[in-house]
Amino acid sequence: MMKRSKAILPALAGVTALLLFVILLENISSMIPGLPLVFQPTSPLFTVLKKAAVYSLVAVSMNLLNGFTGLFSLGQAGFMLLGAYTFAILTVPTAQKDQVYYLFGGCAFDFSLPDFFGSIFGSTGAGGAVSMVLGCLIALVLAGCVAGFFAWLIGIPVLRLKSDYLAIATLGFAEILRAIFQWQKLGPITNGANMIKGFPTFSSFNISDASGNVVLRLSTFVPFLITSICVALIVLLIHSSYGRAFKTIRDDEVAAEAMGISLFKHKMLSFVISSFFAGVGGALFAMYVANAQAKAFTSTMTYEILLIVVIGGIGSVSGSVLATFLYVACCEWWLRFLDSEMYIGSFKVPLLRNGFRMVVFSVVIMVIVLFFSQGIMGNRELSFSRLKRLGKKKDEEAAGDKGAAENKTGEG
Amino acid sequence: MEYVISVLLSGISVGGQYALIAIGYTLVYGILRLINFAHGDVFMVAGLMGIYLTAVLPISLSLPLVILLTVLLGFTIERAAYKPLRNAPRMSVMISAIGVSYLLQNTATYVTGGQPMTYPTIPFLSDTVNVAGTQTKWVVILTPFLVLLLVILLSMLINKTKVGMAMRAVSKDFETSRLMGIKINSVISVTFVIGSALAAVGSILFFTNYPAITPLAGAMPGLKAFVAAVFGGIGSIPGAVIGAFIIGICETIIKGLPSSWDVSVFSDAFTFALLIVILVYKPQGLFGEAATDKV
Repeated sequence: MMKRSKAILPALAGVTALLLFVILLENISSMIPGLPLVFQPTSPLFTVLKKAAVYSLVAVSMNLLNGFTGLFSLGQAGFMLLGAYTFAILTVPTAQKDQVYYLFGGCAFDFSLPDFFGSIFGSTGAGGAVSMVLGCLIALVLAGCVAGFFAWLIGIPVLRLKSDYLAIATLGFAEILRAIFQWQKLGPITNGANMIKGFPTFSSFNISDASGNVVLRLSTFVPFLITSICVALIVLLIHSSYGRAFKTIRDDEVAAEAMGISLFKHKMLSFVISSFFAGVGGALFAMYVANAQAKAFTSTMTYEILLIVVIGGIGSVSGSVLATFLYVACCEWWLRFLDSEMYIGSFKVPLLRNGFRMVVFSVVIMVIVLFFSQGIMGNRELSFSRLKRLGKKKDEEAAGDKGAAENKTGEG
Repeated sequence: MEYVISVLLSGISVGGQYALIAIGYTLVYGILRLINFAHGDVFMVAGLMGIYLTAVLPISLSLPLVILLTVLLGFTIERAAYKPLRNAPRMSVMISAIGVSYLLQNTATYVTGGQPMTYPTIPFLSDTVNVAGTQTKWVVILTPFLVLLLVILLSMLINKTKVGMAMRAVSKDFETSRLMGIKINSVISVTFVIGSALAAVGSILFFTNYPAITPLAGAMPGLKAFVAAVFGGIGSIPGAVIGAFIIGICETIIKGLPSSWDVSVFSDAFTFALLIVILVYKPQGLFGEAATDKV
């Protein structure tokens, strides 16, 4: 216990430093003119950071289920969809509803959280900012709650199933959800197969002055902040007695039951909590792409997140986060050159063409799955003491695992 | 009436095509306890190979070649992606299968440039025929018979030959059959060869009836065929076939319901709802053996 409280402070300091760094990074181009293009707000750097922040939350939530509880679920995209739609429906301004739902003659759900708070705090200036932030925050929490509630509903029958049957049942559930949300009959609520847009996005959080010029950019900071908080909550959960029960279930169900752990209750808890955060992640994803559309949340998305978790190491929170940033950066930025034709002198490099990036990528993933099944981190965690030790000498392993398990950091 | 017949006919033919894929799933699951997520994509790749090969070779040569190459693909996937993980936890093998599926889809996107590809017209199969007053293609009529023939051949292989006996033994008890001197790896390879060959035949029948192939065209039929295998009782070939026919028919009926009800989006969802119901109430499926868990 002593050691734990000692570990929380540096972790907190680390996260705060990271968040401050993100704000600085975002605004540095307006403070110091003439910096390279990478630091401009339109650079891929910020797209990557935003997307990775969103995905890392979903990856960690999936890891909670797959890596820490041993429940192999493939329903993540479905819960993200629930979260995204809940958030979108709750936050589209009432004034815009007719325009967004024009095919269905307006929305059946004539309520918007930011507008509701706007009527209390005022809708312009500081009051407007407060009501927007409050509205989005509550919508995010509700998005998680809706996803969690549906997880509870589906969990009652499905959590009795064993490994791969559970996987295919949750995958099927996600597909069912996708069909329901595309149903034209529900159009007045879900906008049918069309996308919902017009709700606040990350760039709505940028602070601008009266004339509309951005004074302080916060659009990358916001997803980082929310993800950090959520990941920290998950880390705290993993370290609680519930988390230890989850790990016991993962390692040996029979032994866990013999120790008096209620299997169903704990599996359900893990499933609902994981889906809650997947729902929040889905809402963040909707903010990132600035629309909510059922078509986006396919099983391919779940597979993508699963592969990220595998790359990071099943059972390592920091591994998932690291892997997400690597994966998204490679996918969206560093490997982009593979998709366009390239000439060295007059020599045309063969194979480079649209789509080649993903082929290279999937080959790398296969290599990791087959030959480095531990992923980047295995089931260890990144921590300050571990980094220090790595700098000094490399003969940890056994002792390192113990130390790392006790001193986890909640990096975001 | 004519409408009903045409819906039923196409349902039976879709069911037959699912059945050919479902057999691949059920065989592999019976032996390796692995949901071979890549199987649907093997089916898609077979379709693409059909397009590229018929463009350069005559049909009579290219179709057997498609089957041969698909078999080779299935065999390679097993050797490269599943065999190294034989002693790893089941989850890792499944993740590897998902990885293979991802690889096949991305490669297909790269090769086709992401464009939907039109399947060639195969003489005779694509010709139209008049049945009970409804226009349909020959492939629709032929599919159920072809499926029946293949299933009978397969059952004979499994029940009468030595390889078939080995397959049954391995699916019963992996370790013991290894002790009995059965060459596990070759049995597993045979399973993949059979599964892939059937998937190739299925792809020829399936895509003749559909306008185009996209890189994701295999994922949904693959999942549905798996559901069919579960529905019929995983490990049981007649079960998989009957399950596939039921799912195919139900799906086309849902698609054929009056458009004012607007339920055609649920044709996929129905399959998965059926899956969840089956898994919860009768996990061994229609014809499967009840599994006993040993602690």
